[in-house]
Amino acid sequence: MRSYLALRRHPGLEWAGLALVAVALIALPWVLADIGTAWVRITNLAILYCFLALGLNIVVGFAGLLDLGYIAFYGVGAYVYALLASPQFGLHLPFWAILPLGAALACIFGVLLGAPTLKLRGDYLAIVTLGFGEIIRIFLNNLSSPFNLTNGPQGITLIDPFRIDGFSFATTQRVLGQTLSSPIKYYYFLLAVLLVVIVVNLRLQNSRIGRAWEAIREDEIAARAMGINTRNMKLLAYAMGASFGGVAGGMFSAMQGFISPESFVLVESIMVLSMVVLGGMGNVFGVVVGALLLSYVPEVLRYTVGPAQRAVFGRTLIDPEVFRMLLFGLALVLMMLFRPAGILPSALRKRELQAPTRE
Amino acid sequence: MTASLQDAAAGEPLLVADGISKSFGGVQALAAVSFTIRRGEIYGLIGPNGAGKTSLFNVLTGIYAPEAGTFAFDGHALAGLKPNDVAERGIARTFQNIRLFANLSALENVMIGRHVRTRANVFGAIFRNASTLAEERAIETRARELLDYVGMSQRANTLAKHLAYGDQRRLEIARALATDPRLLALDEPAAGMNATETAALKGLLESIRRDGVTILLIEHDMKLVMSVCDRVLVLDYGRKIAEGPAAAVQKDDKVIAAYLGGEVTLNLKGT
Ligand SMILES: Nc1ncnc2c1ncn2[C@@H]1O[C@H](COP(=O)(O)OP(=O)(O)O)[C@@H](O)[C@H]1O
Ligand SMILES: [Mg+2]
Repeated sequence: MRSYLALRRHPGLEWAGLALVAVALIALPWVLADIGTAWVRITNLAILYCFLALGLNIVVGFAGLLDLGYIAFYGVGAYVYALLASPQFGLHLPFWAILPLGAALACIFGVLLGAPTLKLRGDYLAIVTLGFGEIIRIFLNNLSSPFNLTNGPQGITLIDPFRIDGFSFATTQRVLGQTLSSPIKYYYFLLAVLLVVIVVNLRLQNSRIGRAWEAIREDEIAARAMGINTRNMKLLAYAMGASFGGVAGGMFSAMQGFISPESFVLVESIMVLSMVVLGGMGNVFGVVVGALLLSYVPEVLRYTVGPAQRAVFGRTLIDPEVFRMLLFGLALVLMMLFRPAGILPSALRKRELQAPTRE
Repeated sequence: MTASLQDAAAGEPLLVADGISKSFGGVQALAAVSFTIRRGEIYGLIGPNGAGKTSLFNVLTGIYAPEAGTFAFDGHALAGLKPNDVAERGIARTFQNIRLFANLSALENVMIGRHVRTRANVFGAIFRNASTLAEERAIETRARELLDYVGMSQRANTLAKHLAYGDQRRLEIARALATDPRLLALDEPAAGMNATETAALKGLLESIRRDGVTILLIEHDMKLVMSVCDRVLVLDYGRKIAEGPAAAVQKDDKVIAAYLGGEVTLNLKGT
C-alpha cells in the first residue's frame, strides 16, 4: 500500500532525521530573525502559500481538474475573518470560531464553482474558473455601496490578530528570557497547522476518496464504469481544496491586519498553480517544496539583484522587480523542459523503480 | 455461494434486452436488438468490425442512452441509469481500447474497483478511525487476491502503463471483478494476446463462470468463442442476424455470408 509510514525502511534513521528536521524548524525563526525580522514574515507567507498550494493540489494534482481562480477562496476566507474581527462592523469574534466559518463559506463557494464546471474539460474549464476568480475579486471591490460590506478598494484595516485569552499574537513578549516577536509567534502557529495540513493531505491521498480522485484524473470514463460517482467526487475535490484556501485566507487577514482586493488578483492564482506544477503535481512534499521555492526565490532576488548590479556595473541597469519576473519565467521554462513532472515527481514513479522489473 | 443456490438460479434470465436501437448521425449502430442472457452462462457477442458490439456495451453500461428499447437486469429496468449506477447494480466491463488508470499501480487499479462496494468518506480518510482502517485493509487484501486470481501478483507495484499488453487486459478483468459484478462484460479481451495468453484467458473465463459470475463476451478469436461460449449472438450492421448455441451459429448461412463479406474470416473448419 502507498502508506507513507509503510515506506520507512530504516525506522531508526528515519526518527533521527525527523528529530533533526524538527530542531531545525524550531530554531529557524531565531536564525532568520538575526538576519532581519522581514525574513520571518516572508517565511510565514511562504507557509501560507504551502497551505494554498496543498489545497489546490487536491483539485489539480489529485483529481486532475483545473482551477485558475483558486485565489478567490483565499479571498473569501480572508474577508470572512476581516469582517468578523475588525472595526468594520464592530465585531470581534475569536479566531477559532471564524476560521472554520471561513473554511465553510469557501467550501460552499467551491461547490458553487464546481457545479457548473462538472462537464467541462481543458480550455473551457480554464476560462470558467478564471472568470469565477475575477468575479469574486470584482465583487470584493464593489460591495461598498449601497451597503458597505467590503469597504471596496480601500480594503479593511485594523483586523484583529489571533488572541488566546490574554496571549496576543500581535505583541512582542519575553518568554523564558527570549524575546518572542509577533512574526515568531505566528511562525510556530503556522508550522503546527502546516504539519496538520500535510498529514490531512497524505491521508486523503491514501484513502478510498483519494484513489477515486486519481481514477478520475487518469480516466474519467473508466472511473465511472468502476462505479465512482464522478460528479460527487469532483465537487468534493473542489470543496476540500476551497476550504484549505479559506483557512489560509483567515490566517492571512490576522497576520497582515489589513486586506484589500489587490491581494486576490489573477497573478496570485497563477503563482499558486505554478507552485503545484513546479513542485510535482500530486506529490504532497513536492508541492510544499514548490511553494517554498516560489515564495523564497523571488524575495532573495529582490534583495540581491539590485545590490549585485550596482556592485558590478556601478548602477541599476534592470529594475530588480522586472529582473525577478524574468528569472522566474526562465526558471519555469527550464523546469518544464528538464523536469516536466516537477521537482519531486509523484511518489508512484519512485516506487516503480523499486518494483521488480519485468522479464 | 453454495452449489445448490447457484444451480437453482442458473438458467434464469439475468439480462433481458428488448428492442435496443442506437444511431450515431447516419449510422444505425444498433437496430432493435433483443436477446436474453441467462444466469451462469458465457454469452458470446460476435460480428464483423463496425457491427455494433461495442456500441451495445456502451448503451448497456449507461455511457449512451438507447433511442429505443429497454434493458432489464435481474428484473429491474436499467433505463436512465448513469454508468456508476449500472456498476453499482452489478454490471462491470472492460474496454476494447484498454482504459486502465495508467499512472497508478496494478494494485491501485484493482483497489479502485472496490470503491463501489466500500464506504469510507472524507472524515474516515482524515481521522483513520478503526472501521476505515479495517475497510482499507480489506480493500487491499481483496485486490491482492484478485491480482493473484488473474495471475498478476508479481506485477502489483508496476504502473499500469508499464505492463505488457496481455497483462493490461488481465488487469482490466481483475479491476472489473473487484466491483463484485454479477455480469462481467468483456470487450475483446483476447485482442493482442498470443496463443499461450489466450489459452490462459480461456481458463480464467471458465473459473470466473464457476465462481458464479455470468459473462458477456465480445471476441474476434473464433476458436475462443466457439470453445468457451454457451450461446452466441451475431450482429451485422447493428442487426441481430443469428443467435443460439455456438455450434449451430457457425453453420448459419447468414453468419457465413456476413463474415465472408467482412474483413474477418471465420475459421469454421478449425473448430
Ligand atoms: N461515439 C460514436 N460516434 C459516432 N459513431 C460511432 C460511435 N460509436 C460507434 N460508432 C459507429 O457505430 C458503428 C458500430 O461501431 P462499434 O459498436 O464500435 O462496432 P464493433 O464494436 O462491433 O466493431 C460503427 O459504424 C461506428 O463507426
Ligand atoms: Mg468494438
